[in-house]
Amino acid sequence: MQKYLLRRALFALGTLIGVSLIIFVVLRILPGDPLVAILGVEGHAKMAPADRAVLMRDLGLSDSLPVQYVRWMRDIATGELGKSFFRGDTVRDLILHRGPLSAEIAILALIISWLVGLPVGILSATRPNGWADAVVRSLSVLFIAVPGFWLGLLIVLALLFWFGYKAPIIIVQLWENPWQNFQLIIGPAVVLGLAQGAYIARMSRSCLLEVIREDYVRTARAKGAVERAVVMHHALPNALLPVITISGVLLGFVLGGSVAVEQAFGVPGLGRALVVAIVERDIVVVQNLVLLYAGIFVLVNVLVDMSYAWLDPRIRYQ
Amino acid sequence: MASPLLRELGGFARRNSLSFLGGVVGLLVVVIALAAPAVAPRDPLKADFRRMNKPPDAQSFFGTDQVGRDTLSRVIYGARTSLFVAFLAVLLGTTVGSLWGVACGYLGGRFDLVSQRIMEVLQAFPDLILAMAISMAIGTGLPAVIAAIAVTRLPFGGRVIRSVAISVREMPFVEAGRAAGASQLRIMALHVLPQCVAPYLVLATTHLGVAIVIEAALGFLGVGVPPPTPTWGNMLADAITGLVPHWWLVLFPGLAITVTVLAFNLLGDGIRDTLDPKLSPAVLRLVTGSGRAAAPAAAPVGKPSDATA
Repeated sequence: MQKYLLRRALFALGTLIGVSLIIFVVLRILPGDPLVAILGVEGHAKMAPADRAVLMRDLGLSDSLPVQYVRWMRDIATGELGKSFFRGDTVRDLILHRGPLSAEIAILALIISWLVGLPVGILSATRPNGWADAVVRSLSVLFIAVPGFWLGLLIVLALLFWFGYKAPIIIVQLWENPWQNFQLIIGPAVVLGLAQGAYIARMSRSCLLEVIREDYVRTARAKGAVERAVVMHHALPNALLPVITISGVLLGFVLGGSVAVEQAFGVPGLGRALVVAIVERDIVVVQNLVLLYAGIFVLVNVLVDMSYAWLDPRIRYQ
Repeated sequence: MASPLLRELGGFARRNSLSFLGGVVGLLVVVIALAAPAVAPRDPLKADFRRMNKPPDAQSFFGTDQVGRDTLSRVIYGARTSLFVAFLAVLLGTTVGSLWGVACGYLGGRFDLVSQRIMEVLQAFPDLILAMAISMAIGTGLPAVIAAIAVTRLPFGGRVIRSVAISVREMPFVEAGRAAGASQLRIMALHVLPQCVAPYLVLATTHLGVAIVIEAALGFLGVGVPPPTPTWGNMLADAITGLVPHWWLVLFPGLAITVTVLAFNLLGDGIRDTLDPKLSPAVLRLVTGSGRAAAPAAAPVGKPSDATA
């Protein structure tokens, strides 16, 4: 068991190093001078070549690529993460300031997806091909197809038109004003949660339907257990494992999707910061944020594997 | 060939009426996109300052935008760009990934090991974020967006098709090919590849929907195909530039995305059910064009990542 976990963790570390290399290579093949991106064409032309060289050195862009990569790794190790080209604040401050909002959205979306998806999936599986099943299945097909950011735009518009309501657009942390903070995160969380909930409902339905045909479930019924107990205590625990796995995979959609959904709701989270940085070609910010998103995704999948090992004795006792 | 194909198609429509509907709608969208100049009532790029910000009326069914361009025409031309990007991205990404997967599965060994690590690294990125970073790096524009989306599709083709190729490798007819002294390339191309066509089709259809959503999200975030070329994504981005967005500018492009993605997803589900050889070996034979019945083509084609929520 411990060996398995250790191997899994080492694997994840290797993946992350690969991820950082890809980010680094991709961002360094940027066509064009980064100074042009920073200063604008006119500013770049006005500046003396000597000054340009000084600026390049200050920004750490004139060193060779391996040196730049090593420096980035060192920045990560010290937790400094480098500075934004444009704003002068460190990427660490940016993450600490905006990260909590995005994290709250992701966690709340996860909770919503389970709260909605699982009961709906169970309902659907216990009465297969009934009208409730039909409704659930069509709704989940629909929610999988609807782009979250568009749904978000529609919700924002509808609230504005019918209630004249607009969510706050400044960053309010949970510990400062919980109510305002909640208004910021609830919209994106619901949109992302419903899309994931659709997958979870689909998955839990099909897994449960498969498990319910098993012999041991028939035995449970034969010994006279009530249907509720059969589903909840016998079938469900075994049906849940794949659902947990897909929840980890889904987090990738949430992380990616939240970028667009945050934009739709105008939530000043980490995703917005990433979009702004990409549009401004702020390499230092982009490389760190992309690595952060990928890192969280990898970490969650390690956690999912570990919970799998913990929940499934066949893996645990290997 | 034509009549059994038609018969199979009729059977498909009867068994999976919803998927058939999806196929019809998808085809309709493709036709509209191809025939955009003939179908669109107005020039999608022509501004008309006498008709700015008009809600839907008899003259323009979907209303007009901030500079008086006809939204319906823009949605129709947008279908062109959006579908073109999606088709090409899938054709490149899923196909190259699948061929890579065939090679991994059949060759195995060190090549497979290294390839698997690369795919794992690619899969560690959330799709949209990887696409954003790549399209930032190689510049905005049609080719950049296509390449960016294609790269995110690579690992899925690689993984799914690899598992198919691994199971095909152990089949007797492949062994027979080896025994007859065929080269590895020949076995891969003539014996393993045909068995991978069915799962590839399922994968490609579902990926079309994913690619459309990624394209729309990129356009919406301002890193996709740049204006004035209309795409469904950058139309949505345009729509919210005003202080109070007009509902028709938001509703119709998004509706186009949803309907198209829904159509491709339904079609993909139907193809998956049909190509499962336990359900219908006949169609499988038709599609793969081989007389070998019930091939192991029913590899677990999971729902591929669906990128954006």
